[in-house]
Amino acid sequence: MSNPVVEIKWLRKSFGTLEVLKGVDFNVNESEVVCLIGSSGSGKSTLLRCINLLEKPDDGSIHVFGQNILDVKNVDQYRANVGMCFQQFNLFKNMNVLKNCMIAQQKVLHRSAKEAEEKARFYLRKVGMEQFALADSNMISGGQKQRVAIARALCMEPKLMLFDEPTSALDPEMVKEVLVVMKQLAEEGLTMIVVTHEMGFARQVADRVVFMDKGVIEEEGDPKTMFTNPKSERTREFLSHFQED
Amino acid sequence: MQESFFRQVLDILQKYWPSMAIGIQNTLIISLTGTIIGLVIGLFVGGLRAIRLDYTASKSALIGKKILDFAGKVYIDVFRGTPMMVQAVFLYYALLNIVHWDKLGAGIFVISVNTGAYMAEIIRSGIQAVDPGQTEAARSLGMSNIQTMMNVVLPQAVRNAFPAIGNEFIVNIKDSSVLMIISIADLMFQSKSIAGSTFQFTATYGITAAIYFILTSTASLILNLIEKRLNRPRTSFPQSDTDPSSMSLATEKAGKS
Ligand SMILES: Nc1ncnc2c1ncn2[C@@H]1O[C@H](COP(=O)(O)OP(=O)(O)OP(=O)(O)O)[C@@H](O)[C@H]1O
Ligand SMILES: [Mg+2]
Repeated sequence: MSNPVVEIKWLRKSFGTLEVLKGVDFNVNESEVVCLIGSSGSGKSTLLRCINLLEKPDDGSIHVFGQNILDVKNVDQYRANVGMCFQQFNLFKNMNVLKNCMIAQQKVLHRSAKEAEEKARFYLRKVGMEQFALADSNMISGGQKQRVAIARALCMEPKLMLFDEPTSALDPEMVKEVLVVMKQLAEEGLTMIVVTHEMGFARQVADRVVFMDKGVIEEEGDPKTMFTNPKSERTREFLSHFQED
Repeated sequence: MQESFFRQVLDILQKYWPSMAIGIQNTLIISLTGTIIGLVIGLFVGGLRAIRLDYTASKSALIGKKILDFAGKVYIDVFRGTPMMVQAVFLYYALLNIVHWDKLGAGIFVISVNTGAYMAEIIRSGIQAVDPGQTEAARSLGMSNIQTMMNVVLPQAVRNAFPAIGNEFIVNIKDSSVLMIISIADLMFQSKSIAGSTFQFTATYGITAAIYFILTSTASLILNLIEKRLNRPRTSFPQSDTDPSSMSLATEKAGKS
């Protein structure tokens, strides 16, 4: 395939004596949607967090947009290009919805308040939350919070978006409203890496599914093959938990 | 006996009310200004101490941070570990030749640096109570350590710590009475001179106690009202929700299959 956005080679990361990533090779191409699946503790979050440098890798290399990010001088500037959404949304509790979407634009990209507000409203509209612009960010539902968090990240106009279990903390009826938004982004060609347990979403939206197990990539492939005919026994076993219900 | 006590109280109030009023005014000025300046010191020292530099920080930032942390710790330990009365006399005389103290200024200075040490710890624990996810989100958007602290963490920390911050004000209303030692005309000092001229110690200090009590309970009432206000959601939010199915894109059910 074409232009690689993320190229990870032999990535290793330990916390103390616990080796979490044991040599991960991982690529993502432009406009590709990659779903990262795997059981708890397999290192999915750690891999994502290494990509936007919230964790420091011990060994290996990570190139993003062709640049070795372990060498970048201005980490803040780099992070502004990579959006991230968290399981717990992490909306700024001291700000309303609109301000949540404006603050980083103003502080990091030095946009004027007017420009930041326009952008914020544009992306809030996109996720269906514009009429909540002035709402207290603590007073909206989980699904709404996550949509605002997505808008907040989009306001920085990232070229890569990382999602760490964006729907895992949501009630089932709210999962859909978030997935709808994510699917729309995928269709618009945004490059996305999504850690998820939503196999339906992975099957439908992902260009590629990557199964991580115990700190390594056990298997990867297009969703259809992975879900119907996985090569590895471990993958088969993991996926069987999802076929049951 | 009962009656004569109240008689004495009324007489003292009638005769010495103006000088009591000056005392009240000074006590309030010193404790309020001292608390506010102390809070500013506390935000600065506590905020700096709570910043955790990650591995992306430069060497010089790390060294600078170490030095500042150490200085902050010495300041906090010294001012929390010695009596304010001793701090008052020491600072007053030690700095007398450098600053030609206005008495009130000296009082505010002592209360401020003393309160600052307590506030620094209050702010620090307020910061520790802020969800680390808040910092992560800010950092993932590219905000720097300082921007994150100023815009996201500190406002929430102050909110968390508001009861403790308010309590410092109450403590200061009471504890500013030790400033009598450097002859600042606060409520305690004024009371002492009134008692000295009337020789009615019980009645005079009874009034003093009552006034302190009224000041602290009024302050605590006001602080509670502010606290309540802070707990209210800041803005109303609209009635209608968005129906996800009405969004630009309809998907088939995407759940666990
Ligand atoms: N900061 C940290 N310090 C110590 N251990 C950590 C840290 N972060 C993660 N770990 C450990 O690393 C392992 C992998 O964590 P990680 O969060 O990457 O897993 P995950 O695949 O995202 O799992 P989950 O599905 O539960 O989110 C876990 O055992 C976790 O306890
Ligand atoms: Mg995780």
